[in-house]
This record gives sequence, C-alpha cells and structure tokens, in this order.
Amino acid sequence: MPKAVSVTVDGAQVDATEEMTALAVILLSGTTTLRRSVSGEPRGALCGMGVCFECRVTINGERHCRSCQIKCAHAMDIRTDE
Amino acid sequence: MNNSRRSFDVLVVGAGPAGIAAACCAAEAGVRVGVVDNNPRPGGQIWRGETQNSDVADAASWFRKLAGSRAEILTPMEVFAQPEVGRLTAASSDGVCELSYKKLILCTGARERFLPFPGWTLPNVMGAGGLQAVVKSGMNIAGKKVVVAGSGPLLLAVAAHLKAHGAGVRAIAEQASWSRLVRFGMTLASRGRKISQAFQLKKQLSRIAFRAGCWVVSAEGNGKVESVTLRTERKTWKESCDYLACGFHLVPNVELASLIGCELRGGFVRADEFQETSVAGVYCAGEPTGIGGLELSIAEGQIAGFAAAGQRDKAREYFSERKGQRRFSSALERAFALREELRTLPSAETIVCRCEDVRLGRLREQSSWRAAKLQSRCGMGPCQGRICGPAVEFLFGWKAESARPPIFPVPIESFAATACTE
Repeated sequence: MPKAVSVTVDGAQVDATEEMTALAVILLSGTTTLRRSVSGEPRGALCGMGVCFECRVTINGERHCRSCQIKCAHAMDIRTDE
Repeated sequence: MNNSRRSFDVLVVGAGPAGIAAACCAAEAGVRVGVVDNNPRPGGQIWRGETQNSDVADAASWFRKLAGSRAEILTPMEVFAQPEVGRLTAASSDGVCELSYKKLILCTGARERFLPFPGWTLPNVMGAGGLQAVVKSGMNIAGKKVVVAGSGPLLLAVAAHLKAHGAGVRAIAEQASWSRLVRFGMTLASRGRKISQAFQLKKQLSRIAFRAGCWVVSAEGNGKVESVTLRTERKTWKESCDYLACGFHLVPNVELASLIGCELRGGFVRADEFQETSVAGVYCAGEPTGIGGLELSIAEGQIAGFAAAGQRDKAREYFSERKGQRRFSSALERAFALREELRTLPSAETIVCRCEDVRLGRLREQSSWRAAKLQSRCGMGPCQGRICGPAVEFLFGWKAESARPPIFPVPIESFAATACTE
C-alpha cells in the first residue's frame, strides 16, 4: 500500500498517498479551476502529462509547478489560482 | 544551484516502452547506460502507474527487466538543451544535471493532438489520454459522467479504463467514419494479438454507445464543462457530462530531435534500419519515427538499444517484428485521418493558443507561423506551441519552426548555470 500523507489544497487539509499527484488531489478536493489565463479565464488541466502547462499551481511557495508531474509529499502546501 | 555531471556510453531520453526496451538491450550488451524521463517514474504514458507487479504482462516483464539491468534510471529529470555535441543539460529538483553521452537514443514518445472548438478551454475538458493519466495518478472518477471523443484507438482504451474505475461513460464519439474503421478492422484481422485486444475492449465496453463519424462541435458550461454538443452527418444533440475527454490521435514529440539537428520527414524523425537518425550516433525509437503503438515502439527500442551498444547482429533479430508492426502503423494513419468538418468548428472568438489566449480571428490576419508568433504571440507561451502548433498546422497548414533551447521552460538560474559551464 502506498504511504498515506496529508496535504493542504488552498488551506484545506486533504488525505492523499505518496503515489498520487498534486493534480489528482486538487481535483479530489473539488477544485476545478487551477489557474487564470492571461485574459482571466478559468483553466483546468488538459494533457495530464506535463506538456500543456495548464495545471500550473503554487507548491510549497514555488509558483508555476506542473501539478500533474509532482507526487504528493507529507505537509505539501498546494495553492491554486494564484 | 547544485550542478552535477554524469557520463554514459548510451543515454536514453524517455522511459516509455521504447526507452525501457532500448535501455535494457543496451545494458545487456554491457555498456554504461542511463535513462532519463521527466515523469516521476518510468513507464511513459501507456504504462503510467504500472509496476513490476502489474497485471499488464508486458509492463510487468519490462519493469522487471529494467530493474534487473544495470541501466541507471534518472527521474524526474527534464532535458532542455544540448550545449555541445555529446552533452545534454537537464533540470531536476536538485538543479541542473549535465549528461554526457557517446551514443544517444531518443524515445520521446507522443502527445495527444488537440483541436480547438468553442468551449474547449473550460475546466474539465481534458485530453482522452489526459483524463486517463489523471485517473491513473489517483483521481476518483467513480460516478462521474464522461463523454469520450476525438479520434484514434486510444479512445476505446480510455473509455474502458474510465468505466473500470466507475465512470459513467455516456458516449464514445469517434470522428472517423464507419467505412474507414471497418477497413482498419480488416487490417487488424491479420494480426492475432491486436484483434484479441480489440475484442477484449469491445467486451469491456458493452452497453456504451460507440458512434463513428461523430464529433464534438462545442462544450458548454458555467466555470466548467456541463454538456457537450455532438454531431454526425445526420443530427446534432446535447449530452450532459462532468468531464469531456477529447483528443485527436497522437503527434510525435520531436522537439529534442529537432534541436539536435536530426532530419525530419513529414513531421517524423527519419531513421535508418538500425534506428540511427541523420545525426551519427543519435538513434530514435518509438512514436517520434511514426505513430505505431506499443509493439512497434518496443521492437524499435530493442533495435536501437543493441545497435547503439554496437551489437548490430542482435539488433537484426528484431527487424521482422518491426516490419510487421509497421503495416499496422500505416493502417492507423489512413483510418484516423481527420475529417474536413473539424476545420470549421472554431469561431473567430475561439481561443487557439491557450498559453497566450490567441483567438482564431487574430490568426486569420497572419500569413505564416512565424508571423503568427511575432504578431499575436501564438505558440510563445510555456508550452512553446506543443498544443497549438498541431492545431494551427491542421487549420492553416503552417508548419512549426525548428526548436530552440531551452525546449522546456526552466528557471533562469538553470539556464544561466548552463551558460557558465560553456
């Protein structure tokens, strides 16, 4: 069994495992808008494989992280729409 | 910034099926092998989330082979430049890594082709493989209504996967016509393994409406997708959904090959019988040489791996397997050719370049890809045209220009570090 970890999505605590990506956890938390486009439109993930950059979020203070390519770690702080 | 240097006799870029096969074969030949991938684990897209204990037989056996080999696995690490021949630079969480090689094998795979239609930028409109990847990465899709649309054999595999995870698949909309699919089926009939895979999928997909000659005209919703409008030559109707999983077959990832100077032909990397490209010592295997699926990728990977390690006789043993699989590759291309109607889907207001929010109307004022980049910033965002490039090529016939470093956005300090070492 993959190890259980606890992360926060926009401040709310979510249970996850180390095998889950940050993107999977964000979507599980019910958030669908990950970022705003240059003209202010809501955007969610598209390619799921690190190519499109639509799933960019802030992780542990670092901006522009592709959430589909990053596995969850304990106490990871994920912020969307920044 | 922590810089490290590694050197290998054979360096493989991409750890999907082709890359794993190449790395295993080169390592078997006794040379020093490294295999780098930008994903957290090897497996590529098709084997994402699989392990040595997988019930997918191919995946399990190749993962065991890779783990038992001496090949060094470097993940996640993203190659972004080649400052000089024989040396690549890659970004990892620890900083920049320099990877020196004597022989290089490019197994960079493919991505989905996306075509713009009104509403395609709404959250929860994803690629078909895109949604599957997210479910493989732990998202719960149970009880969600999904429409799977676009084109290509991937749609069926995705629909089966989503259904197995509890999704309510409302429809599968394949833009290719029945007559083309039937002809494609005849090609499959000559390949035992592919046809048994197809029958298995059909069983898994019972009671799901599969429509050929059917495509998405628009997606609607407030803040996220709530319904899609589907069309056939006879009718147009609305289907409600929580997710639209939509991709139009695959396009090869040729950016690194292009950067290194490998000759392309028809958008694919040209390779000789030993999978060597026009650049001596640089090999290429899998989807970048032609979209052909799992078995062809593995065969090409094995040939490239042995050839790069200097064992041409062993490489030759896989020539006949590759030849058979290539027939499937050309059948794929014919069957899933894109229909003309898809060009008319976006309106002047539809966004084509999602990074820079460039709308179709703005692109219509341009005369070339270069003009579009300079005047509208189309393709100038972080994806560097990987998403809009194939769409623009389909809509306008403009070919993307050659790749420039860095081929992926990297923190400025990474690029600066590279410059300092030159």
